[in-house]
Amino acid sequence: MATKVIMPQLGESVVEGTVMKWLVKEGDDVEELQPILEVNTDKVNTEIPSPAGGKILKIVVAENATVKAGTVLAWIGEAGERLPDSEMPPRGLAAEKPQEAVSGQPRALTQEREGDVGFVSPVVARMAQEYAIDLHLVKGTGERGRITKKDVLKYLAALEKERGAAAEPAAWETPGEGDLFRPTEMVFRTQPAPPPQSEAQQQPLAAASAGGDTLVPLSIVRKRIAEHMVNSVRTSPHVTTVMEADLKRVVAHREANKPDFSAEGVHLTFTAYFACAVSQALKDFRMVNSSWSEQGIVLHRAVNLGIAVALGEEGLIVPVIKNSDSLSLLGMARAINDLAHRARQHQLQPDDVKGGTFSITNHGMSGSLFATPIINQPQCAILGVGAIKKRVIVTEDDALAIRPMVYLSLTFDHRILDGEVADGFLARVVEILEHWH
Amino acid sequence: MALTAEMKREMYWWMLLARRLDERAWVLHRQGKIAFHISGIGHEAAQVGAGFAIRRGYDWVAPYYRDLALMLLLGFTPRDFVLGLMGKREDPNSGGRQMPNHWSLRAANVVSLSAPVATQCVHAAGIGLAIKMKKRDQVVLTALGEGSTSQGEWYEAVNWAAIHKLPVIFLVQNNKYAISERTEKQMAVKSAADKACGLGLPGISVDGTDVFAVYEAVANAVAEARAGNGATLIETVAYRITPHSSDDDDRSYRSHEEVEAYKKCDPLQVVQSRLVADGILEEAVIAEFEQRAKEMVDEAVRYAESAPYPDALEAAYPVYAEEVRHG
Amino acid sequence: MAEMTLIEAIRQAMDEELARDADVFIVGEDVGARGGVFRATQGLIEKYGAERVFDSPLAELSIVGVGIGAALYGMRPVCEIQFADFIYPAFNQIVSEAAKMCYRSNGAWTVPMVIRAPYGGGIGGGLYHSQSVEAFFTHVPGLKVVIPSNPYDAKGLLKSAIRDPNPVLFLEPKKGYRLIRGEVPEEEYLVPLGPANVSRPGSDVSVFAYGMMHYYALQAAEMVASENIAVEVVDLRTLYPVDKETILQSVRKTGKALIVHEDNLTGGYGAEVAAIIASEAFTDLDAPVRRLCGPDVPGVPFSPPMQEWFLPNAEKIAEAIRQLDRF
Repeated sequence: MATKVIMPQLGESVVEGTVMKWLVKEGDDVEELQPILEVNTDKVNTEIPSPAGGKILKIVVAENATVKAGTVLAWIGEAGERLPDSEMPPRGLAAEKPQEAVSGQPRALTQEREGDVGFVSPVVARMAQEYAIDLHLVKGTGERGRITKKDVLKYLAALEKERGAAAEPAAWETPGEGDLFRPTEMVFRTQPAPPPQSEAQQQPLAAASAGGDTLVPLSIVRKRIAEHMVNSVRTSPHVTTVMEADLKRVVAHREANKPDFSAEGVHLTFTAYFACAVSQALKDFRMVNSSWSEQGIVLHRAVNLGIAVALGEEGLIVPVIKNSDSLSLLGMARAINDLAHRARQHQLQPDDVKGGTFSITNHGMSGSLFATPIINQPQCAILGVGAIKKRVIVTEDDALAIRPMVYLSLTFDHRILDGEVADGFLARVVEILEHWH
Repeated sequence: MALTAEMKREMYWWMLLARRLDERAWVLHRQGKIAFHISGIGHEAAQVGAGFAIRRGYDWVAPYYRDLALMLLLGFTPRDFVLGLMGKREDPNSGGRQMPNHWSLRAANVVSLSAPVATQCVHAAGIGLAIKMKKRDQVVLTALGEGSTSQGEWYEAVNWAAIHKLPVIFLVQNNKYAISERTEKQMAVKSAADKACGLGLPGISVDGTDVFAVYEAVANAVAEARAGNGATLIETVAYRITPHSSDDDDRSYRSHEEVEAYKKCDPLQVVQSRLVADGILEEAVIAEFEQRAKEMVDEAVRYAESAPYPDALEAAYPVYAEEVRHG
Repeated sequence: MAEMTLIEAIRQAMDEELARDADVFIVGEDVGARGGVFRATQGLIEKYGAERVFDSPLAELSIVGVGIGAALYGMRPVCEIQFADFIYPAFNQIVSEAAKMCYRSNGAWTVPMVIRAPYGGGIGGGLYHSQSVEAFFTHVPGLKVVIPSNPYDAKGLLKSAIRDPNPVLFLEPKKGYRLIRGEVPEEEYLVPLGPANVSRPGSDVSVFAYGMMHYYALQAAEMVASENIAVEVVDLRTLYPVDKETILQSVRKTGKALIVHEDNLTGGYGAEVAAIIASEAFTDLDAPVRRLCGPDVPGVPFSPPMQEWFLPNAEKIAEAIRQLDRF
């Protein structure tokens, strides 16, 4: 009998995945556990091992299509085997009905396990779904061969061991990559399943190529960024205020201390200075470290600073430095190094991107002088840091001077803050930077 | 202590106020504005006489559901009463949790009452025991009907109080009916006071329509109790002029003629005639009292009618002492 | 640390609380000169006097009812019911008065009182000296129900119960009074009312028990350990309000639940635990929830083989564990 290859549920809140690449084609012979395709979800990218050995009879879902977890992607079986009619009701519903008249013990308990997996306890059913396990592959050791919870645990452990011996661990065995630039509450909460997609939606390339234009399919990353940006702009009335800061003292400080920091194994970046200045200013302006709610403005006790990290085509991620106001410059620099490194290595834990109360985005890295960033909901404000440029300025005593200057733009939620408080906060950040010691 | 003319007038006033308030409760029930009323009409002399004999707010009281006049004397206001009738949030007994007349007034040492009869008597014995342990000179007044003297709880309470000479006054307000059952179906003795001799404490029966006689009997018992000489059982004999409660139809068990005959010894009329005869009460004062009572009752009804109900969710609290919200 | 028996720990808790708080007193049948029929109060009358270690009349309802009254006055009574089998005359006072007092007075009155009662079989007590009564009382909001299983908990829980502002029914497994021994620290400590205790962690089967059955459950767990079955034993300790979280956590871990009590099966406390598991941990279950309980006959019979038949013991519990593990 042919075996299904299904889109696994890669994480509790993940409901869909995209077929990135087929590593096999129809007619290929595959071994059980051999990687046969790559899938991508908003949490992980991973290879899917074959659930059985045999021939790839049919590939059902094409590359770049996004489908719900549980969808059949392909069939594996013996050459010439007939595939089940896709219109047939799922096994276990219709098939069992006619035999229901058996009395006494629940029927499932008394049955030998052949085609049927037998009685499935609630916890085994749940685990099978969570880990996308085909229970036919699990050996039952309970009464009358029932599959027990322990059997499932043993099966999972064996699977992991086998995989560990064969190759590197499967992607779903390693922690997720954190999350994209959007509210953590939305990400880590169980989400309602999206409405089923129509055939047309699943075949966008074919539909668009008619006019000669190219339609780039939406990666899940792109979709999530789009959702977040639209949601944020819709939620908060955005206002941006801009000030400039003279970084003479910061630059001097950095030059002087770089070697010492290096000795500690820490790369001292300008971002660390901005992060320190912002963390300190947030303590003086608690209203900026807040969130809007219909019941009132929630002032956050902790200062948890999010720092946007660009991952090129993969989008953006905002790891969070918890209690950043308690860190020294060294501690801050080390935390930023660590998070940025792990972000780029896809090693962030879900906790690393949770609980931010304010964000910084360093758009100056790509040469931008100033920008109007979009608030990272449900935070109150975000600071954009422009490129540091030497410019001629007029000093207090009317002399001309060449100074490293930076534009700082603060985008804030006008529901919470008025211009005066926002400007006061930004001025405080500037003051700290200009008087750095 | 001998009663002064001023005190006698005051006793009359409380009886009158209780009566007018009680009557209004019947009206409110017949108007469909309240769900239930259980009346104290005919009991005013017993309650006011007893209430005057204790130190109100100092001594402790475990009352029963007919004790409206006693409660007014202890600081319960007409507003409090009507709020309770209507189940409004400000009901001081229970915040709308209990049926009307299930009193509680912590500020006046009035402990909370339930509906199964005589349950409060054992609490009274326990309070008496605590007073004795603490060597204080407070007394406990507990009230009940004659039907309640059939209960084991009552016997156990009186037994405790007698054994340990606890400072408790058991005020049995015999109104001749326990709902529909006449006294002879409750006891083989002539008077509830006779039960005292089997339990080992003094038992006294007084005319429950004579507020001054009740006062004297209770005052003597209180003096004995305060002096450490123990409990007294006092029966006051009067007549329940109204049906048992707003839900009762008393025509099925007693005659109209019987009720009418007893109305002649209505305690309010008895005391009024006597005070007028003694020159203590003038018609003008009576009229003034009536006017004031009416105003107070009207105001109480107006206030309670516009007062808010509790929120439904308040019903979830306070199950445990930890959940009590103070202030 | 001193090793002592269950009853010594209980006595020590009362001793310390009597010394600590002048409002604490002991009341019950034979608790004075006799020191209680199980000797739980032995020596206390000598230390604290007959006014604080108080022999009651042979009347359970008023032991509790008088305790309620004293508690209303501000005392901290510890009432002893000689055998849990004799508690029913006090049922009304416990369920309808003590438990409802706080709620019905909207928090104005609370009843800080402990009712101690030895319960359970296995001592040749027959129908009326062997009963388990917890199911009647774990249905009653406003009451707390505590059953200790070892000397450490017994002392810490009883001290907490005496200090608790609510009525607490403290049921003591009398078979374990001198059988169950354990370490008790010299220094002052309390065990809070509420949390259950995972007394033996394990991963294969959860056993929920309390009192004497907990003692046997630990023995049973030890017996099956050599058969490679890792049993998690949870001592429920405070039966009401129930600690759902600890129950659910354990079931989430093991997927299999066995509930043991010596009280009759039907409508017993185990039914509630089973219902909690079924409704809140359904998708964690790997087997049906099982109960091992006393059979549905009216009482524990006197004759040794019949008593043996009635009561669960370590062997019966071990067998139930094996069956559940095999499932």
